Amino acid sequence: MTHKESTWSLMKKNRQSYGLMAPYFILFFMFTILPVMIAIVLSFTNFNMLQAPRFVGWANYTRLLLENEIFIIALQNTLIFAVVTGPLSFILCFIFAWIINDMPPKVRAFMTLVFYAPSISGNVFFMWQVFFSGDRMGLVNGFLINLGILDDPINFFRDARFIMPILIIVQLWMSLGVGFLAFIAGLQTVDKALYEAGAVDGIRNRWQELWYITLPSMKPQLLFAAVMQITTSFAIADVVTTLAGMPTVNYAGDTIVTHLQDIGWIRFEMGYASAVATILFLLMVGTNKGVQRMLRKVGT
Amino acid sequence: MTAVRPHGRIDAPIKKKEVKLAKRTKRLSRSTGGTVALFLFLAAFGVFTSMPIVLTISRAFMPLDELFLFPPRFFVRNPTATNFSDLFIIMQESWVPFSRYFLNSVIITGFGTLGHLVFASMAAYPLAKNDFPYKKQIFATVVLALMFGAHVTGIPNFLIISALGINNTYLAVILPAFSAPLGLYLMKQFMEQIPDSLIESARLDGASEFFIWRKIIMPNVKPAWLTLIILQFQALWATTGGVFLRSEELKPLSFAMNQIALGGVARAGANAAVIFIMMAVPVTFFIFSQSKIIETMATSGMKD
Repeated sequence: MTHKESTWSLMKKNRQSYGLMAPYFILFFMFTILPVMIAIVLSFTNFNMLQAPRFVGWANYTRLLLENEIFIIALQNTLIFAVVTGPLSFILCFIFAWIINDMPPKVRAFMTLVFYAPSISGNVFFMWQVFFSGDRMGLVNGFLINLGILDDPINFFRDARFIMPILIIVQLWMSLGVGFLAFIAGLQTVDKALYEAGAVDGIRNRWQELWYITLPSMKPQLLFAAVMQITTSFAIADVVTTLAGMPTVNYAGDTIVTHLQDIGWIRFEMGYASAVATILFLLMVGTNKGVQRMLRKVGT
Repeated sequence: MTAVRPHGRIDAPIKKKEVKLAKRTKRLSRSTGGTVALFLFLAAFGVFTSMPIVLTISRAFMPLDELFLFPPRFFVRNPTATNFSDLFIIMQESWVPFSRYFLNSVIITGFGTLGHLVFASMAAYPLAKNDFPYKKQIFATVVLALMFGAHVTGIPNFLIISALGINNTYLAVILPAFSAPLGLYLMKQFMEQIPDSLIESARLDGASEFFIWRKIIMPNVKPAWLTLIILQFQALWATTGGVFLRSEELKPLSFAMNQIALGGVARAGANAAVIFIMMAVPVTFFIFSQSKIIETMATSGMKD
């Protein structure tokens, strides 16, 4: 470009580009951007779907953080999920993709299916109900009773001590999703010449190879997968309500999202629920941004 | 194989000095102990992930007496198809016919997936290949949208959809699905590897941007089509419609299946068959499209 054109004339020149983007972005604005704005605005009102919303200032937030013990429990549970399943699933995604990568293509395809299937198979997580069913018919109870380790079955989903650990297991089980596929693909595209150069330069074992060559070459995939894993681990809800009920016993497994659904869809306190949604939004985006900053440092 | 190969991540070569940090020995040693440990770990986790899936298959073909055996049985001994015929009977007895739920699912997943593919790839092309004001900011909002889930937007979406007057219609589920951020993101990243020369020559011939998208870009990104299709298909296949579809005759199959699956002991057989069916569809789809999806994912990385 020889001279600087004004933004407006550049935009006019590219009107076809904007035209192509318009259908998607009109909907994207309507169903993704606008809702976030509305949630933030509503979080300062007492909207209940019947009367017009009335401005209440920070009341919803103070009520949530100071008076609502369930929210604090839900927040804690969500953070536990995020801190445990987020990083763990991220690391598992990588390790498995990395091990599978050396295998012959057919075996690799099969193993990919084995690990990826849980995340796309819809309601198969119902099956964990069969494993941890509270009566003697549950596989775990049946097994332990049969061995004589237990006399009476444990009511796993009604016992506050077991709810979180089991939910974490189930969540990890279904967490090898898109991020896992990104790693598999990324590993296959790492330039082989780098490994050869590395061997010449004195890379001694596969761990050094991993740290000095593979990880730095895969930084873009690391960033992408991190976003996928973090966003999923903050949004845990369906697994909780399906397996442990709503609400869970002593709220032992409730998360921000289940609490949000409770306030919004059962009690219709939309302003209050919007405050929960806004906090969830800030938590998710904040964590994602923080982790992105951290991961950018890999290999530098 | 398509006309365009993924370019890989060689655009970010590692620095020589990092490699040099290691001591000098020519051969890369792979200790047997390490290999065995890694594979044992892989095998153990493989068993863990496949257990519920194997159990789903096993229980779908278990006769009722085996389902209620103590100690509970993991593998089916006398496989039978009665669970599927039971399911069929239950479905016929429901006051909304089974075929209706199925049709609803086909409409929702079909249109939702197709519209998403068209809209997302139309928007992805300029973002990947053209330069225009606010391009960076526009794409940044899409990346931002990847960072929060649909749960954040649930309540306002309900209000917006009600205001549009499309609540309790197929559109309430289909329209928001068109603008899912992940599909646009993956498509845009994949399109970036298309050589500029292909587009330039068409532009010199006076082709419109729409023509270029339709005739040059789209035929070159077929692996990404499949990826968008399966991701969206799987999401819509699993949706129950929730608050957006209240009329029974609009509900999709997954809703009906969930109802049966929650039916408890009396329907244990049909329940097992239902979970099997709901799982089999997306998994089969994935088996056939796996290599194309991996090809798309090769470009999924986030650049700075």
